[in-house]
Amino acid sequence: MSEKDLQKTENTAAAERIRNVKTFIPRVDIYETKDAIFLIADMPGVDEKTVDIELEKNILTITGRVEDGRSRDYNLIFSEYEVGDYERSFALSDEIDRDKINATVKQGVLLLELPKAEKVKPTKIAIKAA
Amino acid sequence: MFTPSFWRMKRFADSVPEILRLQQEMNRLFSAAGQSAATDYPAINIWEKDGAALIRAELPGIDPENIDISVTDNTVTISGTKKAQNLKEGENYLRQERIPGGFQRSIQMPFRVDAKGVEAKYEKGVLNVSLPRAQEDLPKKIKINA
Repeated sequence: MSEKDLQKTENTAAAERIRNVKTFIPRVDIYETKDAIFLIADMPGVDEKTVDIELEKNILTITGRVEDGRSRDYNLIFSEYEVGDYERSFALSDEIDRDKINATVKQGVLLLELPKAEKVKPTKIAIKAA
Repeated sequence: MFTPSFWRMKRFADSVPEILRLQQEMNRLFSAAGQSAATDYPAINIWEKDGAALIRAELPGIDPENIDISVTDNTVTISGTKKAQNLKEGENYLRQERIPGGFQRSIQMPFRVDAKGVEAKYEKGVLNVSLPRAQEDLPKKIKINA
């Protein structure tokens, strides 16, 4: 991965905010276990009150609102990153059990647990001896 | 920054803070021209007030115990490790954009830092390090004897 990929990427596709702030794409890891799909998103500056997770039809949208990074009385003298909101959408397949989605936020990281529906869980088929 | 809303503002008085901020941003932008682009991790912002500095960096999901901050004279070093997720057998990544691993960054300040007065705070994935200026480094006023 190139050095530039270490920095935040602006989300140009996101709908413009009413507040005059930029929107960034949070970086995510997605991994799959037997029972669920886990989604981890880096969203520094958000907590459980400022994250919104919305599921409409099969589009899962995560948004995070970040308080203005400016400090009062302080002057910004050197800047390498900008502070803004986060937004990213994912298309979910039908295998996710929508009612059991679970989300937690810790240290600016959102963890989403998307459990698989019972009917699509792999089942082992016993083979009878003939 | 040049959003349409800015030009459509009806009352001039309302836009004064915005104009001041714009001017500040512009000054900063031009005075930084020629400096190399930011490619180091973590990206930092530095704030200043009365000679003291505040370094801010976004380090999501790192335990504060895994972040080391050290100060020597006028150099501040921030280092740490971002732990990788431990996946069990049979679990696999569908997508991996968060990069695990160690990082280290040294920042040279234009003044000597009072190492005892350095305070660091980690909140919502954002690290704040405030760096007061060393007492002996402060400018002294010299009295003129008649």
